[in-house]
Amino acid sequence: MTPHLMLFFVLAALAVGGAVSLIVASHPIRSALALIVVMVALAGLYLLLGAEFVAAVQIIVYAGAIMVLFVFVIMLLNAGEEERTNVSRLAGTAGIPLAVALAGFLAAAVARSTPVTATGAAAQGAASTRALANLLFREFVYPFELTSFLILVAILGALVLAQREK
Amino acid sequence: MVPTNYYLALSAILFGLGVVAFVFKRNIITIFMSIELMLNAVNLAFVAFSQALGKLDGQVFVLFVIVVAAAEAAVGLGIIILIARNRQSLNVERVNLLKF
Repeated sequence: MTPHLMLFFVLAALAVGGAVSLIVASHPIRSALALIVVMVALAGLYLLLGAEFVAAVQIIVYAGAIMVLFVFVIMLLNAGEEERTNVSRLAGTAGIPLAVALAGFLAAAVARSTPVTATGAAAQGAASTRALANLLFREFVYPFELTSFLILVAILGALVLAQREK
Repeated sequence: MVPTNYYLALSAILFGLGVVAFVFKRNIITIFMSIELMLNAVNLAFVAFSQALGKLDGQVFVLFVIVVAAAEAAVGLGIIILIARNRQSLNVERVNLLKF
């Protein structure tokens, strides 16, 4: 049991525990906090994988910006306890078998694959971030510019949706 | 080093939990959060493959996924505010005008 593996299991348990408590929690605020735990655990896993920049972005954008937006909306709408209603017939009859089938297929695919350990060819540390920037601003520059249009459209959409009707 | 399979298994587990939350939660905000959980699970698979193959393309994809998730959150939460204003409820069972 190397320290790496031990750290992986701790973070994985944290992530799965957070995801389970997202499902179990009845109040949306608790679900949001559980999701933040998952995201922080995933940021730790990204660090373990040597993706420092992605880990930082995960914390800043996901756990920071997006989840703050969620918590803000939950509090703005004064969302209370979730009403317990009967699960719809479709979800009851088809949902659970399909979820089990999906989990089975994924587990089978993972189990059948040969164990791979990293080749370790990827650049480490600051060099990794530099290589990522080179890739993003050279080979992926058109998709990168397109995402700025996407964000612009999203801002306009959010403004149009959230304004009060005249 | 941790084998890539472990990361993929964790990613699959998180994605499955996201699907379960998506199907069984009744609050529209929580359903939206379970979509974010699934996106995060896919991101983990991307980064794990990026490390396994020794290429950084997977990490670039993760950045794009995060951008799309942010845009989706902005628009989706706007829609949620509208639904809450029109229906006085966050329960998806009450949003049934299009239901056959």
